[in-house]
Amino acid sequence: MRNLLAVEIAGLKLSNPTMLAAGILGMTGASLKEAIVCGAGAVVTKSVGLHLREGYPNPTVAQVACGLLNAMGLPNPGIAEFKEEIKEVKQSETRTPLIVSIYGFSTSEFVKVAKVAAEVGAEALELNLSCPHVKETGAEIGQNQDLVAEVVKELKENVTKPVFVKLTPNVADIVGVAKAAVEAGADALTAINTVGGMAIDVETTRPILANKIGGLSGPAIKPIAVKCVYEIYREVDVPIVGCGGITSWQDAIEFMLAGASAVQIGTAISTSGLGVFKSIIRGVNIYLKRKGFRSVKDIVGLSHRG
Amino acid sequence: MSACLTAANHLRIVKIKDIEQETPKVKSFCFNDKLCSMAKPGQFIMVWVPDVDEVPMSLSGMDPHVCSISVKNVGEATKALHQRKIGDYIGVRGPFGNGFRIVEGKVMVVGGGTGMTSLMPLVESLFKKNVEVTFLLGAKTKNELLFGDRIQAFLSKTKGRFEVTTEDGSSGSKGVVTDLAEKYLARKKFEYMYTCGPEPMMYRMLLLSERFQVPLQASLERLMRCAIGICGTCVIGKFRVCRDGPVLTGEQLSEVKEEFGHFKRAFNGGKVKL
Repeated sequence: MRNLLAVEIAGLKLSNPTMLAAGILGMTGASLKEAIVCGAGAVVTKSVGLHLREGYPNPTVAQVACGLLNAMGLPNPGIAEFKEEIKEVKQSETRTPLIVSIYGFSTSEFVKVAKVAAEVGAEALELNLSCPHVKETGAEIGQNQDLVAEVVKELKENVTKPVFVKLTPNVADIVGVAKAAVEAGADALTAINTVGGMAIDVETTRPILANKIGGLSGPAIKPIAVKCVYEIYREVDVPIVGCGGITSWQDAIEFMLAGASAVQIGTAISTSGLGVFKSIIRGVNIYLKRKGFRSVKDIVGLSHRG
Repeated sequence: MSACLTAANHLRIVKIKDIEQETPKVKSFCFNDKLCSMAKPGQFIMVWVPDVDEVPMSLSGMDPHVCSISVKNVGEATKALHQRKIGDYIGVRGPFGNGFRIVEGKVMVVGGGTGMTSLMPLVESLFKKNVEVTFLLGAKTKNELLFGDRIQAFLSKTKGRFEVTTEDGSSGSKGVVTDLAEKYLARKKFEYMYTCGPEPMMYRMLLLSERFQVPLQASLERLMRCAIGICGTCVIGKFRVCRDGPVLTGEQLSEVKEEFGHFKRAFNGGKVKL
């Protein structure tokens, strides 16, 4: 039987349009494999850099109305150690694309990390140009179109794997950044990373997160993310991966109607577990059949037409 | 959609109602919290010490009127907690995790060190169901035997047995508690085993469980951040200790034998030898 759900993004073949979002469970090979077993069409690792980072002390996560705030602080063991986790996935899993999320404090750091990741089997790289709570990387690069272009260009000259750019919504003009990334050679865009946020406890009068400020994820940011995808879709020709508060199949469809070719899932795993992949896939499949679409590709950007 | 929020993960600020010195290094902190008082034995909470840290802690008591955590002074967060006084505020979220599954029949419970915090409510539940409990408690030395008196008081009213081992022989028999468990298993039939304590000890319990064909539930400890199954800090193999655990069965642990008892993950995600 034909798979209505198969999609191709920047040359990567996905059996369905759901992906494990960066920063969610992607710290070990075993966790990534489990997400694949649970149905993810592709998986993105936790962001990895050149050197080990412990991340911030706890609290690193705080629940707020309809969402989660987090400030993890990019914890990772450094690419030299993390490459073993990548290898572990690639040893047993060859069909589901593995995308390695990378960050750097300089363009040359991005390139060094990307090269190691590509060597050990990453099918693509997702540039974290959007982490809202670590200085001199992430969003501090992603908020500056020139820096975005510089990093992307340098990577495209040095690695052959497709480059995804994960965008921050914490800018005045996300479409401008998206265009800069695409003009510099980005093969796909992921929109969006978390929205800058904060929570203060009234009894103790203290900010809850140890880092004080963090990024908001979950259903609270879905309308923001849908708008970003919608606006970017009108202006660029590369595939967009939607991310931000996707919990149900309806959410996934909504993002695809706005222009996303696939969707990433993160916060929903905290409430629905890893079963969320299969439940979204099932729902999307039924929707496509009910509406008479022959492929999930037919609904990408459909809200723009007619 | 239930996707928005879970009540348990909502941070509550509670006042410390009472503090008890259990051993030279362990203090119990009592507080009131409705959700914690409905927790199952073996579930844990995240305890926020404002301006310092947030750490996972097993609930050592979940009475309708008062809940407690029992904390050993071992690091920055626990030291700060030990300096807190009655009337001070701490934050709690949870309860999280699966907790112990309560069974019937002849049961052996093997506890070591501060692993006793999660076993205390378990024994209370087993006791209420008239389960025949053989309780083996191990510690390095006499004054580190946590909750020994309480367990003894409980089990003295039942058919249960209670035996202590210390590594220095200052109380009970000298040696490690798993050797005593092995002796019991060799001469008596048990239908079920529970354990919580240092991981090398629990690993030996897993081997005993496999050898004597007695099903096991073990409560694991890992570094944690989110406690809701997404950050990946506490994973062991494919299992998330905060979500799939903290209580894993012997069968589950057999699947992750290269990892269990051997290494855990650091906050940076790298492997740390246990």
